[in-house]
Amino acid sequence: MSVVPAQARPSGITGGSAPAKAAAPAGEAGGADVPAPLAAGARLFPALVAVYRAQLSRARVARIPLLFVATFQSVGIMVLMRGVVDGGAEARSVVAGSSVLVVAFVALNLLAQYFGQLRASGGLDHYATLPVPPSAVVLGAAAAYASFTVPGTAVTAVVGSVLFQLPMAHLWILAAVIPLSGAALAGLGAALGLLAPRQELATLCGQLGMSAALLLGVLPAERMPEVVSYARDLLPSTYGVEALARSFDAQPDWLAVGADLGVCAGVAVVSLAAATWAYRRAAVR
Amino acid sequence: MVCTVRGLVKTYPAARARRGTPATPAVRASDGIDLDVARGEVFGLLGPNGAGKSTLVRQLTGLLRPDEGTVRVLGHDLVRHPERAARLLGYLGQDSTALDELTVALATETTARLRGLDARAARAERDAVMEELGLGELSGRALKKLSGGQRRLACVAAALVGERPLLVLDEPTTGMDPVARRAVWAAVDRRRAERGVTVLLVTHNVIEAETVLDRVAVMDRGRVIACDTPAGLKAMVADEVRVELVWRADPPLDAPGIAALRESADAVSGRRWTLRLAPDAARAAIATVTGGPAFAALDDFTLATPSLEDVYLALGGRAEGTQGLVKA
Repeated sequence: MSVVPAQARPSGITGGSAPAKAAAPAGEAGGADVPAPLAAGARLFPALVAVYRAQLSRARVARIPLLFVATFQSVGIMVLMRGVVDGGAEARSVVAGSSVLVVAFVALNLLAQYFGQLRASGGLDHYATLPVPPSAVVLGAAAAYASFTVPGTAVTAVVGSVLFQLPMAHLWILAAVIPLSGAALAGLGAALGLLAPRQELATLCGQLGMSAALLLGVLPAERMPEVVSYARDLLPSTYGVEALARSFDAQPDWLAVGADLGVCAGVAVVSLAAATWAYRRAAVR
Repeated sequence: MVCTVRGLVKTYPAARARRGTPATPAVRASDGIDLDVARGEVFGLLGPNGAGKSTLVRQLTGLLRPDEGTVRVLGHDLVRHPERAARLLGYLGQDSTALDELTVALATETTARLRGLDARAARAERDAVMEELGLGELSGRALKKLSGGQRRLACVAAALVGERPLLVLDEPTTGMDPVARRAVWAAVDRRRAERGVTVLLVTHNVIEAETVLDRVAVMDRGRVIACDTPAGLKAMVADEVRVELVWRADPPLDAPGIAALRESADAVSGRRWTLRLAPDAARAAIATVTGGPAFAALDDFTLATPSLEDVYLALGGRAEGTQGLVKA
């Protein structure tokens, strides 16, 4: 009838016999009123690195096809827009917007979906029952997703610069734009994924956020109605787009670039803090 | 006592009907639970699906806040300080989503790191646990590429890595083959023998409960309806014999004595009847079904000494609930 009994039973376990035959190690609390010592928790940085490393390894299995999709989507948009815009400021914002769109796709959309799925399936229990600071889980995952965006964003920026004959001298600014806008959007994505009451809503929010980044980031701002341009100002990706667009100038206004990146950094701090709070809330229900 | 639970109550609120999902009434998933688990015990929670086992375990691990009652683990109040649970116990949940896309080795090592071990200790423990559970050949494969039992075994490895005085395992051996089950129970037993580790185990597998548990709490509808050693529980129904009848087609209720048997059956599941009878009555019942015209309709019958499933029925557990108790 069964495959378990007797044969699957190690000789030491004697069901029904007196328990606690093992000798108590010295120094262990046995009484109910003497609290046992707590095991050491994981510290923030090592835990963050462990989460980051684990998340990065997922890229090999799960993320690479999506990274291709993100890059092709942005390159495709630039090819389409080549027939619409004719160089100048509009071309810059198209290239900058398409590049940052890769960041929005991965960091905001995919991370929102990941956390939404993790929460819905009960996967958060795994982290919640480990002595790890909530910020380590959120920051590690956000950092990994921001890292996923690096190749796609760089490829898009270079292809765009070639397509629209923009100078590539200052593309090194991507080294600041990707981590800062990545952190801001990943924090937003994580918070959306963790706060959404249902998994489908997390996915929807991620998709909407990405659509907003697409429409408000890629389309030239001058052609938009006033109301829409306010929405554009509220979207954190906008400041990454602006910073990158300014760097295509022959003599970039570095102060303005710095200000844009400063806004990204500020939003990143706020959104990551919100995501950490959302994680705590989601972990203990 | 390693774990003391008093008056635990948890009610899931009623849900309004949404498109596609009907309304559900409020469920009292923990309905005044008292438990004491002693040090070094393998203590089991047995019951069918929906009995409230996982809800109870989630409150013991700080994942779910009870509405009322106290939970003390190793002297710590986990209702007031749920965050301490992670530093006291190792938990194996039912879901593996967090680890699914990692390789077995990385899942184990990362969990060890997050349990507070430094890089070197985490690698050493990873290798030791994987060796112990026979996971060596699978170490480079992603969890989601593995079969259900192999994936479960990898999750057990993650739960065992890093020393903890209490292990809470929610259906650890689901889907495993006998070799893997043996490895799991050997690993659990070794921790108990060497370090006095206490194990709290959720299972709906009756045979497993009878063979590996020191004590078992039988749960039904959010309550503990009995708590004793498996032998002690079975002694409650020791004067009875279990008779199982399986009919080829519709039972011949018009044959002499069969309708009366149907009346006294504890559980009727399609063409399978389960009866708990005194030995004399069991002999008479067997004579009835094998001697008369009913024999032609009989497909199979078994006589057995009672199992924990019979205890569950004798204690008034829902008859339909026994479908959730697995015997293999």
